[in-house]
Amino acid sequence: MTGIASIRELMTRNVRQSGIYIAFVVIVALFTFITDGLLLNPNNLSNLVLQYSYILILAIGMVIVIIAGHIDLSVGSVVAVTGAISATIVIKNGLPWWMGVLAALAAGLVIGAWQGFWVAFVGIPAFIVTLAGMLLFRGLTLLILDNISLSPFGQPYTTIAAGFQNGLLGGPGYDVFTLVVFGVAVAAYAFSQWRARRGRVAYQQTVEAFPLFVLKIVIVGAVVMWFAYQLASSRGLPNVLILLAFLIVTYSLVTSRTVFGRHVYAIGGNLSAAQLSGVKVKWVNFFIFVNIGFLASVAGVVFSSRSNAAQPAAGNMFELDAIAACFIGGAAVTGGVGKVTGAMVGGLIMAVMSNGMQLMGVDQSVQQVVKGLVLLLAVAFDVWNKRRAGAVSR
Amino acid sequence: MSTNILEMRSITKTFPGVKALQDVTLEVRRGEIHAICGENGAGKSTLMKVLSGVYPHGTYEGDIVFDGETVSFGSINDSEHKGIVIIHQELALVPYASVAENIFLGNEQRGAGGLIDWNKTNHMAAALLARVGLKENPTTPVGFLGVGKQQLIEIAKALSKDVRLLILDEPTAALNDSDSEHLLDLLRELQREGITSIMISHKLNEIAEIADRTTIIRDGRTIETLDMSAPTATQDRIIKGMVGRDLEHRYPERTPQIGEEMLRVEDWTVHHPTQADRLVVDGASFTVRAGEVVGIAGLMGAGRTELAMSLFGHSYGRNITGRVYKRGEEIHMRTVSEAIGHGIAYATEDRKKYGLNLIEDIKRNISAAGLHKMSRRGWVNDNEELKVAEEYRASLNIKTPSVLAVVGKLSGGNQQKVVLSKWIYTDADVLILDEPTRGIDVGAKYEIYTIINRLVAAGKAVVVISSELPELLGICDRIYTLAFGRITGQVPVAQATQERLMELMTMEKETDKVQ
Repeated sequence: MTGIASIRELMTRNVRQSGIYIAFVVIVALFTFITDGLLLNPNNLSNLVLQYSYILILAIGMVIVIIAGHIDLSVGSVVAVTGAISATIVIKNGLPWWMGVLAALAAGLVIGAWQGFWVAFVGIPAFIVTLAGMLLFRGLTLLILDNISLSPFGQPYTTIAAGFQNGLLGGPGYDVFTLVVFGVAVAAYAFSQWRARRGRVAYQQTVEAFPLFVLKIVIVGAVVMWFAYQLASSRGLPNVLILLAFLIVTYSLVTSRTVFGRHVYAIGGNLSAAQLSGVKVKWVNFFIFVNIGFLASVAGVVFSSRSNAAQPAAGNMFELDAIAACFIGGAAVTGGVGKVTGAMVGGLIMAVMSNGMQLMGVDQSVQQVVKGLVLLLAVAFDVWNKRRAGAVSR
Repeated sequence: MSTNILEMRSITKTFPGVKALQDVTLEVRRGEIHAICGENGAGKSTLMKVLSGVYPHGTYEGDIVFDGETVSFGSINDSEHKGIVIIHQELALVPYASVAENIFLGNEQRGAGGLIDWNKTNHMAAALLARVGLKENPTTPVGFLGVGKQQLIEIAKALSKDVRLLILDEPTAALNDSDSEHLLDLLRELQREGITSIMISHKLNEIAEIADRTTIIRDGRTIETLDMSAPTATQDRIIKGMVGRDLEHRYPERTPQIGEEMLRVEDWTVHHPTQADRLVVDGASFTVRAGEVVGIAGLMGAGRTELAMSLFGHSYGRNITGRVYKRGEEIHMRTVSEAIGHGIAYATEDRKKYGLNLIEDIKRNISAAGLHKMSRRGWVNDNEELKVAEEYRASLNIKTPSVLAVVGKLSGGNQQKVVLSKWIYTDADVLILDEPTRGIDVGAKYEIYTIINRLVAAGKAVVVISSELPELLGICDRIYTLAFGRITGQVPVAQATQERLMELMTMEKETDKVQ
């Protein structure tokens, strides 16, 4: 199997796999055109990241849940209740900001363990458990907040989501620090790709031709550095982006490279076969829910920090945005299929569309209609694509 | 009227990149039972899909002449309208709906106002059930009935559509001997009523018993059509036609080199998972030694799979008692991962449902049970995984363009090789193979036997559970018989005959069985 894949083979293979990425590029290009480039305006890009960060964080946890064949309807309520707990500690009791954060994260873990217990060990379908959780944690939010908003958190709690790393290294009109961070990231990406390629060669697998490989790295690097330059010329590197990047890299590795990740796919693909292959199905399911509880609390902290308040209605409908991001990003309703990066691109497609339509001044109601149709079409396209590729029988 | 009810002339069907059928000709005479034989992937199912309109007219080349007229079916409905009904290997019944509802599904008997006339439905269903020899109440949910009866209900459903040509795709693959016998009797009965049948089957004894003529297909071409009454139409001739080579020995030669005792099971007792007072396995004891192939023979429902699965990490049943010794030391296997840790492997009888992740690629299916071997601190070495998959593809001859191919698209034989690869990779010392050759063709069967021989030659111990007695006689050193959850005998293969085994397999306990 040694050899070098031809460009044509690579293209056809990649087009099939990366329909979602192409769709993303098309949507970005479309809205850039319609909004006269306003979409790619540095300030707007920076806002876009902040505005949708919590949905993306939720989608990371959600895609793992969906790969395993479950669903989580409670994340919006968990965002609300963890924000409320944090607010009670920081605002009502005047304790330091980090205690609020820790309490919220701990609450997320406990909530995750609670839901994981019912799903994994009692065997109640996740749809039911998390539907109950959606009501339960919304109710608890109202109880904790006594039905009114708590605000403001004030500094430094708000810097978590609204803060930027800027001016650490100075710069002539743009932030050098941001560029350096992104430069290091691109270098690390190039290095890891090169190492992976070398590993594949050592194991005598097909790799793309070397010039093509370099071209790929250069294009990715150029796009990322352009994005970095946009951020650097705006307000600098958002803290949330650092958090998000960390989570995306970590969870991409967890899903693709760890035994736990493999077990998640195995459970979603064929539960009985996974069980008979020695997968500890109950424990894996349990930790999947502990994990999404934790990530929902991270999103809760980010959201409360960004809105500088804990509101009774916080996180309403977030679960649906997170679920939509996963399915637009290629996850399968039946489980066993999906990727963290796919869910991120799915989330970004929704983010760009909402943002683009806001810039165009499209009415909220029309925005909902468009988003609904995009979700439907994205999944329809995926189904059609798979049927054409013959991956789905019948 | 011509003597042929059906003529398929020069059928060619191409899929992107593959010629599935090439110039295939099939002639079926009025009122006969016509068998179609061929290895998996030979094109039998494709041919039947062309005939029944699953692949509509225009997607293939050639002509279909049914009852003297050239037909062009656009869908299954068109072919059913003409009286051609196909019964697929995987039954298409709704388990929670009643027998009558299933029979008339899509063909509901309406009364006044378009509402379903239940009296008429149930009455007609009862008549159809009587025709196929079932005494069930038409209102019984189908899921309560066994596979054998469900197969008969499929036939009743076909009869309700005024079937003239009945196509059965491996109708007896999932049936035990007595159910199979009943089904074959029914086909003869339908033949007397003038219904023509086409039967796809891997079971050559069955074909010899029932078919008037047999058409052999290999690699998408018709090889020959044999008149089964002719003395030259032997099983060997059919096999030769199917595989294109002389399979003088259906089982590979092996000189047993039997070593020390590997596994000993004592007094193994298992209760039914939901009916706590029902014994499924009753005090079973057996041993298997290194380098030995031990067979477990039993009729369906004897507790073969239940015995194996309860041993394998208590994957079946409850209130499990008994002792297991490996190399003389007692071991406990309460979970599958413990069982794997002790070097025990179990390859299931239903690879699609319990053995494979069909939407995943070959590589990840092979590594599924042995990830711990290719990972460090929870991180999987992808390259190692690929290397392992390539090694098994080569050594077990898994026929695929790439180990990145999705397992669901492989043929049964190749899927079974993937399952075996998975378990061999776990470094198991004892491999329990449950129906390792079910639903796979003769050529692939031979390859599986060769793999088993290689395993025991390497000092492993293999337990084979099988419904096919000739297979057990062909590959085992010793055979245990299981009847009603009890081990009723142990026969060295030199002294074993099918008759002797069958006698032991049907032996009931002398004392009262009810506990």
